[in-house]
Amino acid sequence: MLYRETGQYKTSYAADMAVFPIVQDRVGIAVILFIAAVIIPYFGGSFLIEAVMIPFMIFALAAIGLNLLTGYTGLLSLGTGAFMGVGAYACYKLTTYFPGVNIIIWIFVSGFFAAAVGAVFGLPSLRIKGFYLAVATLAAQFFLSWLFLRQPWFYNYNTSGAIEAPTRTLFGVAVTGATSTGVTRYYVVLGFVVVMTWLASNLVHGRIGRSWMAVRDMDLAAELIGIRLLPTKLLAFAVSSFYCGVAGALMVFIWYGSAEPLVFDVDLSFFILFMIIIGGLGSLVGCFFGAALIFILPIALRYIPPHFGLPIQPATVDHLQYMIIGALIIVFLIIEPAGLARLWQIGKQKLRVWPFPY
Amino acid sequence: MDLLYKIFIDPFIQMGAAPDLLVQTLWEGLVAGVLYSLIALGFVLIFKASGVFNFAQGIMVVFAALTLVGLHEHGVPAYVALALTIAVMFVLAFAVERVMLRPLVNQPDIILFMATFGLTYFLIGFGELIFGGEIKVMISDQLGLPKGAFDIKFAGGFVSLQKIDIAAAVIASLMVAALAIFFQKTRIGRALRAVADSHRAALSVGISLEQIWVIVWFAAGLVALTTGIMWGARSGVSFALSIIALKALPVLILGGFTSIPGAIVGGLIIGIGEKIGEFYWGPLVGSGVESWLAYVIALIFLLFRPQGLFGEKLIERI
Repeated sequence: MLYRETGQYKTSYAADMAVFPIVQDRVGIAVILFIAAVIIPYFGGSFLIEAVMIPFMIFALAAIGLNLLTGYTGLLSLGTGAFMGVGAYACYKLTTYFPGVNIIIWIFVSGFFAAAVGAVFGLPSLRIKGFYLAVATLAAQFFLSWLFLRQPWFYNYNTSGAIEAPTRTLFGVAVTGATSTGVTRYYVVLGFVVVMTWLASNLVHGRIGRSWMAVRDMDLAAELIGIRLLPTKLLAFAVSSFYCGVAGALMVFIWYGSAEPLVFDVDLSFFILFMIIIGGLGSLVGCFFGAALIFILPIALRYIPPHFGLPIQPATVDHLQYMIIGALIIVFLIIEPAGLARLWQIGKQKLRVWPFPY
Repeated sequence: MDLLYKIFIDPFIQMGAAPDLLVQTLWEGLVAGVLYSLIALGFVLIFKASGVFNFAQGIMVVFAALTLVGLHEHGVPAYVALALTIAVMFVLAFAVERVMLRPLVNQPDIILFMATFGLTYFLIGFGELIFGGEIKVMISDQLGLPKGAFDIKFAGGFVSLQKIDIAAAVIASLMVAALAIFFQKTRIGRALRAVADSHRAALSVGISLEQIWVIVWFAAGLVALTTGIMWGARSGVSFALSIIALKALPVLILGGFTSIPGAIVGGLIIGIGEKIGEFYWGPLVGSGVESWLAYVIALIFLLFRPQGLFGEKLIERI
């Protein structure tokens, strides 16, 4: 009833091609942004901000990165975790060499390092396709993990082998390190996520995004209509790794505060892959849904049983969590292989024509 | 110049100076390769028959071994436990077909691939919930597997061969032979090959896809059980095995997803390559090269033969 486009006439091509063509959608996104920017930081507890919202947005950002590659370009990658690691380690090296430069700039720049590494490991994608490519990206994953673990240069030869986020300030307010507050860090992540999601949205709606989708749907046909495969695929790898790199840098500097190389192992890659599959391949909003489900669900599982007075051992919860996530993945794939994003679309369509069935 | 010398000359001098060490390393690589091949074999069986890239094969290995050891811990005699484990693998195959594959028929490959991810997570949770997460010792004595080692005098030194490794190699070759006969000579084997060629054509001549899938997953389960016993006897049964099972992936792309001989040859190449690489070239860059060398070897092969060593030639049409 409320969600209806009746009476909204588009008088220009630009209005017709808008990302949110319906007024209600624009209102909805404004409300969400308002909640994210005002309500949550002022009324949310520190647990909600630091342990739920910050990681959720970081994972969503990484999921967007992987989705650009796997969902939009159709190149299956299992190296996400390593590319996030490249971002984190690049940021760490840069900020320890040049402590004077603003950390926000370094987080951004570290994305370019990840992009370069991603493009190098994307080179085989011209010749290798499908699952073969997935295994080829595993080479990147294991090689880079090994590099971070065994080459002391990457963690500045410190004894623990872990990298730690030093205190850095922005306009005199501590953004990273032990003294920074949750709300400040929340705003930094929010800024990155909003800006980069907006960029990604423009990217996939433009010429580049269309050439990616053409490659995904059939790369031979795409080549025949004049899309150059190598630059297109490499660009997808580079942009995807850029997003993952920034997400990785944020993960260490804003969320964890310090990290061991094991954080960026192959499990992280799988984790992000789950998010985009559950959320929906080839959908930006799906990345947020997927990140929410895969990340927040285990937290909920951990905190719900004690509320009902069920005495469950923590270890059992861990095992149950694995089982439930596994079962959920299968169930979701059976119900809706196109992911939560498709369910969202179906729901919106139903609302649009309500009370009629179609 | 010094670096080039260290890369191209020094390792070969070492090999020449101590041939017994070289043979020992080759043997280690061979044994690791046999185990990789066994895991890869399970992948290939399922991929051929149902087009599913079964990521859960590694965890099926662990799950089978855990079930066997867990049952024995609860006082079931070893051979009965073995029979029960085989029954469990059959139930698993049946359940997978019923619950997972049947509703997902005709979905894109990546969806089925993801579903096996779900299966992996489910089995990890399920296995740990029932049998606990700690490392267990494989009941190799009770199953009558040999222990100890042969020492063979060779070129001034000696080479030590673990009997369990020899048994693993023998059992692996027996299993491959049995599978080959099964595929070539039996009625079900022919049906399996028909399904591998074309689902639709197989359906139209009256082959039941559901039945074939159960059989194939069960066969992969048996291969997983064998692998689990052999690997468990070497290094204990724990979920760490599933990471090692990822090593079967480069083996697969090396050999080609659809080729059983490819899985064997690929496994041996990867196994030997990574052991030799780790032993002779590893110290140059810091140890632990083993963790990624297999993937890089496979990647280099892929650049020249995108369909793997024995894979079917890819023909693409618009």
